[in-house]
Amino acid sequence: MGLLRTKRSVLPGFGLTLGFSVAYLCLLILIPLAGLFVKSASLTAAEFLAAVGSPRALAAYRLSFGASFAAAAANAVFGLVVAWVLVRYRFPGSGALDALVDLPFALPTAVAGITLTTLLAKNGWLGRYLEPFGIPVAYTPLGITIALIFIGLPFVVRTVQPVLQDLEPELEEAAASLGANRFETFRRVLFPTLWPALVTGFALAFARSLGEYGSVVFISGNMPMKTEIAPLLIVTQLEQYEYGAATAIAAVLLVLSFAMLLGINALQRYGTRRFAGAGEEPA
Amino acid sequence: MSIEARSITKSFGTFTALRAVNLEVKEGELVALLGPSGSGKTTLLRIVAGLEFADAGNVLFDGEDATERSARDRRVGFVFQHYALFRHMNVFENVAFGLRVRPRRERPSTREIRERVHELLRLVQLDGMSERLPSQLSGGQRQRVALARALAVRPRVLLLDEPFGALDSRVRKDLRRWLRQLHDELHITSVFVTHDQEEALELADRVVVMNQGRIEQVGTPEQVYHEPATRFVYEFLGDVNIFHERAEDSRHGGIYVRPHAVEITRRPIGDGAVSARVQRVHVAGPTVKVELVTEFGDLVQAEISQEQQRRLALTREDAVYVRPNESRVFSEDYSI
Amino acid sequence: MTSASAGRDWTLADVPPPPRTASAVADPPWVRGLLIGVALLFLGLFLLLPLVTVFGQAFSKGIGVYLDAITDPMALAAMRLTLLVAAISVPVNAVFGVAAAWAIAKFEFRGKSLLITAIDLPFAVSPVVSGLIFVLLFGAQGLLGPWLTLHGVKIIFAIPGIVIATTFITFPFVAHELIPLMQEQGTEEEEAAVSLGASGFQIFRRVTLPNISLGLLYGIVLLNARAMGEFGAVSVVSGHIRGQTNTMPLHVEILYNEYQGAAAFAVASLLALLAVVTLVVKRVLEWRMGRASRAL
Repeated sequence: MGLLRTKRSVLPGFGLTLGFSVAYLCLLILIPLAGLFVKSASLTAAEFLAAVGSPRALAAYRLSFGASFAAAAANAVFGLVVAWVLVRYRFPGSGALDALVDLPFALPTAVAGITLTTLLAKNGWLGRYLEPFGIPVAYTPLGITIALIFIGLPFVVRTVQPVLQDLEPELEEAAASLGANRFETFRRVLFPTLWPALVTGFALAFARSLGEYGSVVFISGNMPMKTEIAPLLIVTQLEQYEYGAATAIAAVLLVLSFAMLLGINALQRYGTRRFAGAGEEPA
Repeated sequence: MSIEARSITKSFGTFTALRAVNLEVKEGELVALLGPSGSGKTTLLRIVAGLEFADAGNVLFDGEDATERSARDRRVGFVFQHYALFRHMNVFENVAFGLRVRPRRERPSTREIRERVHELLRLVQLDGMSERLPSQLSGGQRQRVALARALAVRPRVLLLDEPFGALDSRVRKDLRRWLRQLHDELHITSVFVTHDQEEALELADRVVVMNQGRIEQVGTPEQVYHEPATRFVYEFLGDVNIFHERAEDSRHGGIYVRPHAVEITRRPIGDGAVSARVQRVHVAGPTVKVELVTEFGDLVQAEISQEQQRRLALTREDAVYVRPNESRVFSEDYSI
Repeated sequence: MTSASAGRDWTLADVPPPPRTASAVADPPWVRGLLIGVALLFLGLFLLLPLVTVFGQAFSKGIGVYLDAITDPMALAAMRLTLLVAAISVPVNAVFGVAAAWAIAKFEFRGKSLLITAIDLPFAVSPVVSGLIFVLLFGAQGLLGPWLTLHGVKIIFAIPGIVIATTFITFPFVAHELIPLMQEQGTEEEEAAVSLGASGFQIFRRVTLPNISLGLLYGIVLLNARAMGEFGAVSVVSGHIRGQTNTMPLHVEILYNEYQGAAAFAVASLLALLAVVTLVVKRVLEWRMGRASRAL
């Protein structure tokens, strides 16, 4: 460990804590994840492509992507509104509402899944009002999207909220004093500051939705080619002992997720570097 | 206890903080490390404290090599720039910390700890504040808690990093005077870091002027102010004018003179006088500040007394003569 | 402000002071009303209504059915297993989180940012894939499967698999919370403790731990909620053996699929209650730490 250290410190425990952390990380996370790639490498290219490129798998990817994208987009719009309302306006219950935003983090996905399904089924509290208009929700891609909106809801709100909170009021006052109206101020002053957080929140919600299983599996109906999302296809393949196919589909999903994680990290670094403390002296 | 640092070298990545620095602090002395930010003064202080490790060189306490001794065993009292008070402990617990963490055999009894802490709190004039949390104190009070905490372990050396840096100027001046008195009472070998020349000159027995990882000069406040060894020291310790007495002077660095040593006359007087034109006169304040431009194009700031101004009655565009009293010339090979 | 367009011959004295009143930067009432309305409708439909539904459905067949459902032996077994899983994965990941945060926040070393990214990896892995990787490793056909079978060790479709998968899923929670907190706190207080003669353990217990206790608790609360509620990963590795490898979320699924809606929601209501308690504690901790809510 001493070789790794770039600066000697008077504080103790470096070797112990880093050694333990890295060992634990390797054993629990890295080696098992590597196992997935080892397993997919044991497939022939033809087997791999057959699993990943089958019409059923492609339909599942398409659905997962489409629904996740739609849900993240909806969250970007409504999440921005919610964040704005929670930061800028005080009204009775706003504190409780703020706390409630984290519900999707805290509520087990299976509970969310059966609840949304019950609400949106033909005879459900909400579904019965949508049915007459010919909008079936449960067991359709729309239902999947709604479940994913629920799952991704906190991400946009919680990434935009702190940025909005940290904006100095002087910024808007300056814009106003220079003659900009509210809309122009938002479009030219606030939005450019907010968008990195907004995109980060969108990406986080999207990444989370891509792999989501528990809340979707109940509402989707799980019809192959129609309402079967990629994670569900993995489970189905696994239950049929098609380990190779399950692994191949999972490997693709994993690579996409990791790419998103790296992208999100880069985005967050960009956001903090570019906008942190515009009003302060550089350190 | 005396401190000696021998050819200390330290770099952070590509930045060299200290270049073979030698320093001696005698028993009971109060020494200031003075320099601009990035001059290496804080790094040197932290190396003496054992909080930072030199790439090369040795630290000696009372002539004994302490380079490899851990900060824990050095018995150095360190006062951090931002105090580093334990934010979850009240004033009493902060001061008592160093006593409470001693091995059981050496640990004083609860009663002894209480007495010692209260004695120290009386010393720093915070006796009624022992239950307060650091967040409930003013900057000056926090500073004094940090000092009491450092003194609690009966350190052999007291090191202070920018002790007044975070305080406003009024509190700064009071605390400065008070710290000097405290030092005169306790006679503990002390080193403090500052970027404020006034603070260093007023407080220290000796001043160590640092720049870019090197020591420029070590001396008493009088020596460094009146006999600066280098151009840097001259410029850093006060306002300065650079003067040319002849046109050809521009080849070398010119003459260095402080504003109060610029003599202004209506008529040419003797050697070294240069004709100049008055640009601005500020009469507010204890002294009158005059800005002039000499015949060689040098901008000169002068400070004269109100009394002199009454006699000279300088106004804008007046043609006068200026002459440096008490000036210095630095050899040309010196360059930054 | 019209002075600027009025012409060039104005002086500074003519320019009215910039408006400091709220009105200059406040939204018009109709915008305010519209935005609050949209936010309330959105949050009401997507968050409040489902939460109310859980409890409404749980009691839809009366209190008797509710009590039967949550005192059923299978339900109790599921609760015990859920508590057991949390009792293992929470402390293990909390210790890891503190150790990792100490190494990362208090020292400079090569590969630090790589380590920080690696710690967050499980956040990016689908729960289903998290389960799958352990099936591939420990399952009957897995890499270590033959060896495990030979030695009579059962991990997949057994409790160890559930614990391992849950620990994987909840791995980053505490570290993710503590790393920025400890980086922000810096090392000055610890250095002060060193110069006052404290040992490594004393520094940690008396200086560092009190400073991070709220953040640590915050991470643990979120970690616990996830550990008790995890569904996808556990579902893949559990084998759904009733009374043995069913956690509470899996039990909810089974009841729901058997058309015992009220019973499913009764057990689900306990998990929803846990979620509400988690939100309240989270909010209290955020308030005590004096900071805004944050997503993971």
